[in-house]
Amino acid sequence: MSSWHEFVTMGGYAAYVWPAYGIALVVLLVNALAPGRQQRRLLKEIRRRANPKERSE
Amino acid sequence: MFVWFHKLASPPFFYKFADKLAPWLGWLSLLVILAGLYGGLWLAPPDYQQGDGFRIIYVHVPSAWMSMFAYMVMAIAAAIGLIWRLKLAHAVSAAAAPLGASFTFLALVTGSLWGKPMWGTYWVWDARLTSELILLFLYLGYIALNHAFEDRRTGDRASAILALVGIFNIPIIHYSVTWWNTLHQGPTVFFGPRAEMPASMYIPLFIMIIGFMLYFTAFILKRLQVEVLQRERNTTWVRELVEKS
Repeated sequence: MSSWHEFVTMGGYAAYVWPAYGIALVVLLVNALAPGRQQRRLLKEIRRRANPKERSE
Repeated sequence: MFVWFHKLASPPFFYKFADKLAPWLGWLSLLVILAGLYGGLWLAPPDYQQGDGFRIIYVHVPSAWMSMFAYMVMAIAAAIGLIWRLKLAHAVSAAAAPLGASFTFLALVTGSLWGKPMWGTYWVWDARLTSELILLFLYLGYIALNHAFEDRRTGDRASAILALVGIFNIPIIHYSVTWWNTLHQGPTVFFGPRAEMPASMYIPLFIMIIGFMLYFTAFILKRLQVEVLQRERNTTWVRELVEKS
């Protein structure tokens, strides 16, 4: 790359290059965050079933 | 060493092992991918035919590579699960499937965005594109079948058979550009006197592939933790784990 302008416009291919990277970013982020969230939710659910008394809190 | 591997196949040991390793691998993959992006999107020179449009390669090729690698992981684990009835093996297959499907989706979409300016079309029914689309359906079929039964073990076995049958598609994807006359370009020669790419172009590509491999390893471990928790929820070690946290 010789300039910021060329980088941003991707030499005229910005409409194809940036969406490709944008979609990749979204898909990889979702895959990175989803399992941790599932894990926390599952641990909470197992804990609730193990101690039914705490359900009322 | 062998004892260690044996221990790794025990769910509680694996769970704690993954808890420690996954975050490190996740952050490392981010660093490697950022380095690859810097090399690919900034340092590498424009292609003499495609200009800066060729830079889609740095997300397209790693995604396509991982789409096949994840399938091999899924199918080999499925075979191990069917033959040796190893508890963790089916969980590995189930954890690989959503990641593989995501990479396949990315390979198709980024390829499509690359095809439009270079071939003049987002999609053609050529051998490479069609076999990659079949790969996506194989992943989705695996996921659907795995969850289709009340009994988890039945789902594991049924989907494992689908994963094994679907292996036929992997060599077809790989050799499609050689066997058939496709619009998709053939394999690129990286080294030697007939090399088609200078080092400044292919080194970022290899860095991106390594980054994607690290990413896959990190997040298959996280997904495996969820699989293991679900499958082992009624065991004492999970109860103890829950009490502690």
